[in-house]
Amino acid sequence: MDIVVENLTKKYGPQRAVDNISFRINTGEVLGFLGPNGAGKTTTMKIIACYMAANEGKVKVGDFTIGENTEDIKKCIGYLPENNPLYYDMPVIDYLEFVAMLQGVEKTKVQGRIREMVGICGLNPEKHKKIGELSKGYRQRVGLAQAMIHDPKILILDEPTTGLDPNQIVEIRNLIREIGKEKTVVLSTHILPEVEATCNRILIINKGKIVADGSSASLRKQAQGQEILKVRIEDENDKNIIFQCLKSLDNVAVVDFISASENVFEVQSKPGLSSRRAIFELCVKNKWVLTELSFVETRLEDIFRNLTMN
Amino acid sequence: MNKILIIARKEFLTFFDSLIAYIMLVAFLGFSGFFTWLYGMDIFLRNQADLQAFFAIAYWTLFFFIPALTMKMLAEENKTGTIELLLTKAVTDWQVILGKFFSCLALVGLALALSLPYYITVWKLGPIDHSAVWCGYLGLLLMSATYVSIGLFASSITSNQIVAFLLALFIGMFFHIIFDVMANNFSGIIGETFSYLSVSSHYESISRGVIDTKDLVYFLSIIFAGLILSEISLSKRNVTD
Repeated sequence: MDIVVENLTKKYGPQRAVDNISFRINTGEVLGFLGPNGAGKTTTMKIIACYMAANEGKVKVGDFTIGENTEDIKKCIGYLPENNPLYYDMPVIDYLEFVAMLQGVEKTKVQGRIREMVGICGLNPEKHKKIGELSKGYRQRVGLAQAMIHDPKILILDEPTTGLDPNQIVEIRNLIREIGKEKTVVLSTHILPEVEATCNRILIINKGKIVADGSSASLRKQAQGQEILKVRIEDENDKNIIFQCLKSLDNVAVVDFISASENVFEVQSKPGLSSRRAIFELCVKNKWVLTELSFVETRLEDIFRNLTMN
Repeated sequence: MNKILIIARKEFLTFFDSLIAYIMLVAFLGFSGFFTWLYGMDIFLRNQADLQAFFAIAYWTLFFFIPALTMKMLAEENKTGTIELLLTKAVTDWQVILGKFFSCLALVGLALALSLPYYITVWKLGPIDHSAVWCGYLGLLLMSATYVSIGLFASSITSNQIVAFLLALFIGMFFHIIFDVMANNFSGIIGETFSYLSVSSHYESISRGVIDTKDLVYFLSIIFAGLILSEISLSKRNVTD
């Protein structure tokens, strides 16, 4: 099921939390929502999850429109809110049963779905406890289990891996990737490596506006106009000679020392050109040994900072 | 309808998971039993085979216990954020409100049902007016429903349970006693208006065995008003200017 968001605006008093944003999420996409605190991530997700109405704009989920067919939409969405609120007084199994019934799972299938979710989310050792007695990680699993219990076509997860240990994080990420193959997944997070690990599309929003949209590779390409290389050259005592020679190459724009003692340089090429061959030939000509020649990738952190800091 | 039942069942079971139900039942039966059988204007002092002593005391115990039941209904969900989880499921705001309303009413109903042994005991003691007893129970149920809906409204506008409890008592106090006192202090149309607004005058006429549509309309309209206000307060997150 696709989600189409058109000109969505949400105001809290005079403040525009979400400011006229439009985007489209296709089936089979795992979309990562990034943005600094207060950027409007959670607000957008709440609107898509039918928790509150927007001031302006339209959200379409499949053939349904929020506000007109809200009941139908709610049935195909699994939602894990921020901070994972749960009924602490209820036992895990009872809670999952309650959610399954509310979401309209057929009575005969309820027990089967619960067993499946308990298995997938690794809740087996804790399933007879009250939710309030569980550790944070297990509560998070309960939150995920309740979001997926009715096998929704769309999953909206607001910071799904907070409070989990590294092993669980890997498990949950694999799970999300697996689900994302046939379903539409929207997740928000502050952990940038997580986005790279799970999402095939990234949406960065800042102050209620979309500032970047694309896969992590295409975002990198956008942010990084020029090729940057890390070069290590040995068998030459005078590093200044190397520096001068590198600088005199045609395609090279800037040369910088990374580590002067070990002859490691950062070489930035002119826009659209590559200087890898030239560096290699330079070394051959001078009988230097080239022990390292690698791309310096712009990290997602840097892209994020560039786009969201003014 | 089915969704209302699911929510009501869950809330009802939660009462028992969190001990509230047991405390409420024991306290209600303990208090009303003590004053019905052992102390004050009890049944033996009245020397009549009726349950007026029980109805008089239940009128007050329920007044205090019901806000304690309703206070967590929406206030706690507002505070912990579970309301967001609940309302993003395939339910409407009305189903949530009605589910919670019926769960509270069911617990009160259970408490009243457990007091039926009093009725049977008195019946064995002497000639009892059965219809008056059943009307008394009906009156208590209608009154309870009224305070449940007021309590739900109080709970829906805050995220603090104490505030919800006190607010429900405060609003309830007007219907329970203040309007009655005012009615006695004024004469003419003002006095009649206050008398009409007072729960006690309607409750008394029902518990005497007279079921008048006027009284039913009175209780039902307060119940609906409370429920509608709760629904409005719950759905105000959707309000866009």
